Amino acid sequence: MAAITMRLPVARRAVGPSAPRGGEKHLVAPGDTITTDTGYMRGHGTYVDEEKLIASVAGAVERVNKLVCVKALKARYNGEVGDIVVGRITEVQQKRWKVETNSRLDSVLLLSSVNLPGGELRRRSAEDELAMRDYLQEGDLISAEVQSVFSDGAVSLHTRSLKYGKLAQGVLVQVSPSLVKRQKTHFHDLPCGASVILGNNGFIWIYPTPEQKDEEAGGFTTNLEPVPLSDREVISRLRNCIVALVNQKLMLFDTSILYCYEASLPHQIKDILKPEVEEEIVLETRQKLLDLEG
Amino acid sequence: MVSVVLSEAEKLYIVHGVQEDLRVDGRGCEDYRCAEVETDVVSNTSGSARVKLGHTDILVGVKAEMGTPKLEKPDEGYLEFFVDCSANATPEFEGRGGEELGTELANTLYRVFSSESSVDLKSLCINPREHCWVLYVDVLLLECGGNLFDAISIAVKAALFNTRIPKVRVLEDEEGSKEIELSDDPYDCIRLNVDDVPCIVTLSKIGYRHVVDATLQEEACSLASLLISVTSKGALTSMKKVGKGSLDPESIFEMMETGKRVGKSLHIALQKTLDEEESLGTSRQKVGFLG
Repeated sequence: MAAITMRLPVARRAVGPSAPRGGEKHLVAPGDTITTDTGYMRGHGTYVDEEKLIASVAGAVERVNKLVCVKALKARYNGEVGDIVVGRITEVQQKRWKVETNSRLDSVLLLSSVNLPGGELRRRSAEDELAMRDYLQEGDLISAEVQSVFSDGAVSLHTRSLKYGKLAQGVLVQVSPSLVKRQKTHFHDLPCGASVILGNNGFIWIYPTPEQKDEEAGGFTTNLEPVPLSDREVISRLRNCIVALVNQKLMLFDTSILYCYEASLPHQIKDILKPEVEEEIVLETRQKLLDLEG
Repeated sequence: MVSVVLSEAEKLYIVHGVQEDLRVDGRGCEDYRCAEVETDVVSNTSGSARVKLGHTDILVGVKAEMGTPKLEKPDEGYLEFFVDCSANATPEFEGRGGEELGTELANTLYRVFSSESSVDLKSLCINPREHCWVLYVDVLLLECGGNLFDAISIAVKAALFNTRIPKVRVLEDEEGSKEIELSDDPYDCIRLNVDDVPCIVTLSKIGYRHVVDATLQEEACSLASLLISVTSKGALTSMKKVGKGSLDPESIFEMMETGKRVGKSLHIALQKTLDEEESLGTSRQKVGFLG
C-alpha cells in the first residue's frame, strides 16, 4: 500500500539551549568583531583589520591564554594523527590509493601502509603494485587510521591492524565532522544488534555485527551473503536515528545513538524522519542525556 | 544525471533490501519520502511553487505573457517549459554542465503536457489568431537528491494551481481595430483548472522488484527505470523508459499498474495540501527560503 505524506513547510523553531555548562559560548559570524584589545595573538579563523580582531568563519570563539581562535561549526574534516576515518577510494594510482574523506584534499593510502593478505611482512614488489586493484577498487569503502598529515593538510592513512580494512555490506551516513564526538574508541558493537563505526571525518558506517571474528581475514574477504531482515530493521532504524540527531544538531556518540534508538522504538522506522516525530524523539534523547550527566 | 559512487557490497545490500520490501531508510517499495509543498514563494511571477522531496529541492515559476497563437492551433494558448540545473545542486552543473540534463527534463515535460486534455488551452485564448496567453514555466533545480522527474511534475502542478492570469477584455473600435483592456482590480483574475494535469511517477527497477521515489544511492543500483505520467483519475498520458538496462514486458505491465495506483494517491495527497494552503489564505505564515 502506497504511503504518501505531503505537508506545508513549518518554520524552524529555535530549541532552547540545554543547561549551560561552563558559561555561554561566544558565537560569531564572519565579520563580527571578537575584541578590540590588541594584546591577543590571532589564531585560526580570525584576522586583524584596523586594530580589531575579526572572525572570518562562523563558529564559537575559543581562547587559550593569549591565543584567540574561532572553531567553525561547519567545516571540512581537518585530519589529526590517530583519528579513525571511513573513506571511499576515488583513484588507484601507482603505489597508492586516493581516498575521499570529506576534507579539503583527497587523503592518501600508500601501498606500504596496508596489510598484505596472509599477514606477510615483506617489501612490496611490482606484482603487488599490479594486484592493487584486486584488493581495493574505485568506490570501495575502507576504515583506516590517520598515520600522518602532510604540510599542505593532506592526510596519510594506514590500515595496519586487523580491525581496519575494506568494509562489507552496510549503510553509510554522511554528517558534518564537528558533530562526531572524540572518544577513546570509535568502533561500537551496539546492544540493539548492529555495529557502528563513527569516523572522525563525519562518515558513519552502520553494519550487521559479524558472528565470529576471523583471525586472518582482517578486512580482506567481503561477506556477500544476504543480511537477515531483523538485522536490516535495526540498521535502518539506527540510520534514521542518526539522521534525526544530525538534523537537530546533537553530538553523535554511542550513548546518544543508543538513547535515540530506544526512544524511537514505539514508532515505525519510516516515521522517524517525519518532523514532529523527529523532534519528539530527539527531545527525549536530550532529556535522558541531561539526566545521565546530572 | 547526477550519480553517486557506491561499493559493490553497498549495492548488494540495497538490492537485497528492496527484495524484502525494506529499503535503507525503512520505507516500503511504494512509499514516498516526506514532501513539503509551498506555493506563492516568488513575488514577481504569476504563480510559483517550491517542492522539497527529501534532499531534492525544486522551484517552479510560471509567468503569463501575451503572444500570438501557433499557426496550427489558432484558438489556443500554449505552455513553454525551461529547466535550469543550478550549480548549487552539484558542482557537475557548473557552466554548461547541467544543460544536457535540463533539456532532457524539459523535453519530458513537453511530452507529458502534449496531451490535449491536460490543460484547457482554449481558456488561454484572447483573440483567435491574434492574441493568446503563453505560460512560461521555468523550473529551477536547487538540490539533487534523486527522483527529479516526480518532484518537478509535482511542483509544476502546484505552480499551475497557484497561477493567476489577469482578466482581459477585447474592445472593438469603430474602425474595427481591437484593443485589449486590462481590468483595474489586481485580484480579478482567472485560475487554471489543474484537475487533469498529470504527475510523473518514476519506477526504478532494482533486482527483481521496482521502487518508487528512489534516492541517489538506489538510482545507482537500478539499471532501468520507467517514467509514466498519470492523471488524478488514473489515466496514463505518456510513458518513457530510461536507463541502459532492459525491461521485461511483464515487469513493464506490473510497473504500470503500480504507477497508476501510486499516481492516484499522489494526486490526492497533493490536492489535499494545496486545498489546505488555499483555505489558510492570508493568515498562512510564509516560510519561503529563510524559514
